[in-house]
Amino acid sequence: MQHSRLVKDTHADRIFKIFLNIFILLAVLIVLYPLIYLLSASVSSPQSVNSGQMWLFPVKFNLDGYKVILRYSDIWRGYGMTIIYTFVGTLVSLFITIPCAYAISRPDFKGKTWVTNFMLVTMFLNGGLIPTYLIVKSLGMMDTIWAIILPGAASVYNIIVTRSFLQASIPWEMQEAAKIDGASTFQIFFRLVLPLSAPIIAVMALFYGAGQWNSYFNALVYLTNKSLYPLQMVLRQILVLKDMQQGASTGLTAETAQAAYSKEQLVEIIKYGVMIVSTVPIIAVYPFLQRYFVKGVLIGSLKG
Amino acid sequence: MGLASQNQMQTLPARQKVEKLHKVDWQLFVLITPAVIFFIVFCYAPMYGVIIAFKDYIPSLGIWNSPWVGFKYFNQFFKSYYFWDLIKNTLGVQVYYLIVGFPLPIILALALNEMKDGFSKKFSQTITYAPNFISVVVMGGMIIAFLDPSTGIINHLIGFLGIKPISFMSDPRWFKTIYVWSGVWQTTGWGSVIYLAALAGVDPALHEEAIVDGASKLQRIWHINIPAIVPTMVILLILNVGNLFAMGYEKILLLQNPLNMSSSNVIATFVYKQGLLDGQYSYAAAVGLFNALINAVLLIVVNRIASKVSDTSLW
Repeated sequence: MQHSRLVKDTHADRIFKIFLNIFILLAVLIVLYPLIYLLSASVSSPQSVNSGQMWLFPVKFNLDGYKVILRYSDIWRGYGMTIIYTFVGTLVSLFITIPCAYAISRPDFKGKTWVTNFMLVTMFLNGGLIPTYLIVKSLGMMDTIWAIILPGAASVYNIIVTRSFLQASIPWEMQEAAKIDGASTFQIFFRLVLPLSAPIIAVMALFYGAGQWNSYFNALVYLTNKSLYPLQMVLRQILVLKDMQQGASTGLTAETAQAAYSKEQLVEIIKYGVMIVSTVPIIAVYPFLQRYFVKGVLIGSLKG
Repeated sequence: MGLASQNQMQTLPARQKVEKLHKVDWQLFVLITPAVIFFIVFCYAPMYGVIIAFKDYIPSLGIWNSPWVGFKYFNQFFKSYYFWDLIKNTLGVQVYYLIVGFPLPIILALALNEMKDGFSKKFSQTITYAPNFISVVVMGGMIIAFLDPSTGIINHLIGFLGIKPISFMSDPRWFKTIYVWSGVWQTTGWGSVIYLAALAGVDPALHEEAIVDGASKLQRIWHINIPAIVPTMVILLILNVGNLFAMGYEKILLLQNPLNMSSSNVIATFVYKQGLLDGQYSYAAAVGLFNALINAVLLIVVNRIASKVSDTSLW
């Protein structure tokens, strides 16, 4: 807050301020510690990590984990698939979201209330997992890229956020003037509105892209062919399933159980490295794009 | 000649119709088409598909032709020995999460709001927001690795304090705490963004007047800042409660194992296992529908309470 500093803080205020700063410092440390630990653990020897000798900074620095990861083809195939899913998925999401948001942002679109309600209903009512699965299956999408991309391609929330942005930032008078000059809706949309919507397109691409990059559930439900697995599914096998060899329900085959011992050791070497490797793209862009993510939330909050 | 004039008679109204259509602006309809198709296929078609909850779904017969069985699967679920366990687990884990996870972003936002703009504020925000962008699978992997009884850092750290290793992941008593506090770690920072936005809208003049009147910082937060974010709080609370039975199942599914099942088995993961792993489509759809109904009822009730108590509501 930048209110005037003319009035000096009282004694009680200063103590209160110290208290607040300690709270924030604690929050930052609690968030930061596991992240630093991950990074350090990924470049320390597994023995020193597992024995607890390494607890903050790397001990017996080595890159063995990353060397194994580099040769681990499943991870890189998963990476490739995730890049494809994220890229195509984001394009499809934008293709659905932006034109629709523009249409319902137009005050002269008579059907806008109807269309908006038609979409809003799905926020609170939905068929649920099983019927959705049966529909996707009956459309022949099982084990295809479309099962990963299409079922969650658009979110009502994002469409509403985009609509709010367009309403607030592109004056309707400007579009009306173009309309009077004889521009068609398509011309207004492609030549006038789209060039002015770069910020919201960036925000939406980030929301959808990050969502797709991080998701595993659609792949778990709709993919049986392991060569189509996105990165998150490969990670799930490495990080989660290894701990549950006794669990038949997790879908471990006899073959994987047989190789369990060597796999167990392998997992110990690479587990922290794969967490880093899979998160690096997001962490690398995050500091630069943080304000866009925040912007997306802010636009969303305008409309309550 | 006669034919030609007849043709003209027919085309004239048709042309007028075309002009009228043009006024309706078919191009706007083209723009909404992808979205409308999407919502019909992936939201409305599954709503129709939910009728299999009242049928004996046989894949070869399809959704429509499978025989009706009425409430058979609902009764089967209500009478099952695990019915109350599922309800208890689902409510337990989510109410616990709401009690801990709802106030913390508000407190963080109020504290961040008192910081002067500058490096340390920016840094605190960047760090606390970051975990939100970690995937649920990596989150699950971190939890499992950190909590390992023999190799995990948490057990090493509490070992320094002289506490014996705890096998967190295989002890059902720990499951809810693990789920809730890992969620707090991941989402508190990002959750504060929306409150910070509301706080940014507070008129500085209010604070200046209050300072002149001799109000302390705590008093100003209590009487100016908190009232400013109450509408946001109410809306988020309604949405959270209305989503209570559907939240977090992706993470719960990852953290589940046979040993902690007695407290980690929630309705949403049960639907996944019954339906997609065991192929009991109709039964799982019935349980899923029951879950959705509870959600809808909760949403309506909370919304009504909120609009009575605070004048803020979703509709």
